[in-house]
Amino acid sequence: MKALLFRDLRLAMRAGGGFGLGLAFFFLLSVLVPLGVGPEGSTLGRIAPGILWVGALLACLLSLDRIFALDFEDGSLEFLATAPIPLEAVVAVKAFAHWLVTGLPLTLIAPGLAVFLNLPPAGYLWLVLSLALGTPALSVIGTFGAALVVGLRRGGLLLSLLVLPLYVPTLILGAEAVRRGAEGMAPATPLALVAAISLGAVALLPYAAAAALRVNLR
Amino acid sequence: MQVKLDNLAVARGGVTVLRGLDLVLHTGQALILRGPNGSGKTTLLRTLAGLQPAAAGSFDLAPDAVAYAAHADGLKPTLTVAENLRFWASIHGTPDIDPALDALDLATLQHRPAGQLSAGQKRRLGLARLLVTGRPVWLLDEPTVSLDAASVALFAGVVRRHLAGGGIAVIATHVDLGLPEAEVLDLAPYRARISVSNGFDEAFA
Repeated sequence: MKALLFRDLRLAMRAGGGFGLGLAFFFLLSVLVPLGVGPEGSTLGRIAPGILWVGALLACLLSLDRIFALDFEDGSLEFLATAPIPLEAVVAVKAFAHWLVTGLPLTLIAPGLAVFLNLPPAGYLWLVLSLALGTPALSVIGTFGAALVVGLRRGGLLLSLLVLPLYVPTLILGAEAVRRGAEGMAPATPLALVAAISLGAVALLPYAAAAALRVNLR
Repeated sequence: MQVKLDNLAVARGGVTVLRGLDLVLHTGQALILRGPNGSGKTTLLRTLAGLQPAAAGSFDLAPDAVAYAAHADGLKPTLTVAENLRFWASIHGTPDIDPALDALDLATLQHRPAGQLSAGQKRRLGLARLLVTGRPVWLLDEPTVSLDAASVALFAGVVRRHLAGGGIAVIATHVDLGLPEAEVLDLAPYRARISVSNGFDEAFA
């Protein structure tokens, strides 16, 4: 399992691996939105939590279709399915690798980009915390979606349509936690719910994704 | 160690392609599957590998005894030959990849990215994966595609050593592998007639 994690990370870092795609998207969005919205600080500060969360979510979505598609095309997925590690573990490891190359870096650069969006100072801690708690859910739900569409040519559109509705609760609660934090209210409730979504997704979805993979590999 | 097929039928896309397969393979035996394109060789191998369920009948083969080699080699072009092989070795808990590299004459290529290999060299790397799985039953689907004559002979030697070491091999191929001791199974008599009322159409109900 460690071998699979290291292989996925190594592949992401090598040429054409897609590491940085999501980050670059997140960066561009956070730089361009202030230019489009205009220089009024109070407007920007008010929409900053939502923009940052939407940006993180879409950046996550960009790299989802690669999770299984490449392994399916070159045949590795079939070999992994017959390998001694259970397919559920393969799914969990791949979701974790996806989080390490998208969710974690997004969380780490978010405070820097929040400066562009004039996020009130009280919100920074909650931005990082809500992204750290919420991005695992984005990766695991996305991995489940990717398992559903594996084998379809150009499954990216279908994948987005399947996954976006499942992302909505995380988005609402994550952005709400940041907004409350920024306005000096207690953000504990939405944060706890975001964490609950992540934990539930991590616990249940690898089984669902593995079942979908088995059907798609037939 | 034996592989036993009991009145096995296999289906592709809900249509039964082969039926009534009865055979027993013992340690050290190789079986060569022959049949025209579309006769169900790949479907049979995938079924035996546990990737798809049998349409009817049963077979006795533990999923963790099987090493399956498909048309695709499962290689990552940006990883080197050694990295590709080492990944599969550690997945299967094999500590050393050097014997596999030597057996398929890949030692001099081990630091090259797999994306730069020729088609035949990629194939050899794909076949080297079988050795690092350490599994007794090899299911090989057209293993010699894009191999030159020398490499086919090299590979036949690898299969022979595997059989001598207590392995079993089921090989779908059109070319002569140079394994005269292998049994040949022509799939034509087992071909299921394509008809709607073949008894397996409950899948469509």
